[in-house]
Amino acid sequence: MILEQILNGVMLGMVYALIAVGYSLVFGILKLLNMAHGAIYAFGAHMAFLAVSMHFGLPAALIFSATVTGILSACMDSVILAPLRAKNAPNITCLISVMGVSYIIQNLMMILFGSTKKNFPKLFDFGNVTIFGVTLTSAQIAMFLIALLFLMMLTLVVNYTKAGLAMRAVRENTRAANLMGIDVRRIVTVTFFLSGVCAAVGGVLVSGYYQMVYSTMGTEAGLKGFSAAVLGGIGVLHGSVIGGIVIGVAEALAVTYLGGSFRSSTAYIVLFLVLLIRPSGIFGRHDVDKV
Amino acid sequence: MEKLISMYDGLKDFVLSYKRIVIPLFYLVLIPVPLVVSNRYVIWVLCLIGIYSVLTLSLNLIAGYMGQTSMGHAALYMMGAYFSGLLGSKLGWPFWVTLPFGILGGALGGLILGIATMKLSASYLAVITLAFGEVVEMVVLNWNSMTNGPLGVRNIPGPDLFGFGLSPSNGGFYWLMLALVTVSVLISLNVLNSKFGRAVRAIKEDELAAKLMGIHTAAYRVKTIVLSGAMAGMAGAFYASMNHYIDAATFSYDVSMTILCIVIFGGLGSIPGMIIGSCLLIAFPEVLRSLSNYRFVVYGMILILMMRFRPQGLFGGLSKRPYRLPKGVDRPNIAEFPAKADVSGRERG
Repeated sequence: MILEQILNGVMLGMVYALIAVGYSLVFGILKLLNMAHGAIYAFGAHMAFLAVSMHFGLPAALIFSATVTGILSACMDSVILAPLRAKNAPNITCLISVMGVSYIIQNLMMILFGSTKKNFPKLFDFGNVTIFGVTLTSAQIAMFLIALLFLMMLTLVVNYTKAGLAMRAVRENTRAANLMGIDVRRIVTVTFFLSGVCAAVGGVLVSGYYQMVYSTMGTEAGLKGFSAAVLGGIGVLHGSVIGGIVIGVAEALAVTYLGGSFRSSTAYIVLFLVLLIRPSGIFGRHDVDKV
Repeated sequence: MEKLISMYDGLKDFVLSYKRIVIPLFYLVLIPVPLVVSNRYVIWVLCLIGIYSVLTLSLNLIAGYMGQTSMGHAALYMMGAYFSGLLGSKLGWPFWVTLPFGILGGALGGLILGIATMKLSASYLAVITLAFGEVVEMVVLNWNSMTNGPLGVRNIPGPDLFGFGLSPSNGGFYWLMLALVTVSVLISLNVLNSKFGRAVRAIKEDELAAKLMGIHTAAYRVKTIVLSGAMAGMAGAFYASMNHYIDAATFSYDVSMTILCIVIFGGLGSIPGMIIGSCLLIAFPEVLRSLSNYRFVVYGMILILMMRFRPQGLFGGLSKRPYRLPKGVDRPNIAEFPAKADVSGRERG
């Protein structure tokens, strides 16, 4: 029973990890909390919904959604945030702009797609699989594997490619990286693209799991991803993964032992506790409160 | 375009520098409105503008003076409304007794938020307030025995004064609102010009420097958020008694964003900006009915465009008029002073 819940939690937690990584990528480079991440996630899910309703099939929908959402995320950076950075605007200016973006995306989706909950096809249905005496649905396993695949790809990109090296350099010291000939603006755009892809994949996986999409789905998922990122130490990629899994397991256990109304509040409680006890997170460096 | 903006700035500075004439004129126009306007809906909207003015003045304390931002201000507003509304509805206490509890409710919410984000950089407050808003809404929706869940609280008594019921329809509530906005403005002004206000503004400019100057930044941050929460709670108590009915949907995320949007539009840190901003943005969906579907998209656009082109808002920013010197002091010749040091290359965190 408890093992089953933990495994359930790990499966869902992997998706939270994916969302959290999106936050961490941007935060690592710009020290900006991307408040639009939740809305971008919902946008990704809606794009996949659009593709699916045009009978493209789920794999094609996933790729379509990831591309479009990544481009949206990169555009958001170059149209709205890049001019602010060029002006050397204070961080709160960027934060408020990003909130504006998130609000526009969310409300345009509400106008275009309607505010009702819409059905989304189930993610891969091949019956149930039993591991260690625990029954898992194939949708859960597919969700876990796709999220894992994306996280591994992301790790490879960040650690073993030239673009990844540039990203890590920019994270360490933007000015020095610029002097070393790195095109910082392009790296930031690439980062936003990757973060958008993460959000879109997470959005499609979660919609496939719960079999529905709705325009305000981003708020809750965004907060859960954020909690996961803060728990692991925001800006640290492997921390986000661990954080995501912890949040997923905590949520699954809370639903079993405390009741269904605790589903979404678990993540917030974890967030509050982390901020009170160790604001820099499990793997974070101690430079969080230096403004 | 540039010329237009500078003309506008000149007009703004001119109006703001004749406060002693403009403010009494303002009151002279506003006080007799219920006697002249018989349309109850207009009075209702004006009362709503008053409530939003108080809410934005309260967020202004956090966003304008302290340089942080809240995305869950509706939660504090909601706590005030529910604390006072439930006491009024369930125990039948009169408005003036439940009002302090509403204020306390908002302050309590502020205290929780403040303690959680005491040591963190500005961005965290935004997310924590967002999460806090979700939690408060969830508690209100699920605690059926107390809050009546999604059905809301009914029969909240309205305010009265010496036996006269004050409501928007007889204009009494309007005058009450005018008094409330005046009190809120006075609170804001007092905060701004006190030791407390100077400390808070120092935190906005440079937190590290403020700390080094001996300002206990964490304590001031918590105090500001508590004060802001108390003001939002007060607005909530007034809203509950104006509407006689509250439910969770009244205090949604959209309300938080509306408040934030007015603060940005009016100008961070500017008190007249809050009131004029509330007038424009609360009245706009009522006037332009055809656009009301898109009002939240417009709010989002306002946030982005203001941040990009006019971060000081409509009424914020420094006055461009020359500083008025006391009598007998000659204006120094600026050309004699060395050119201002170039600080544009300074990095901001």
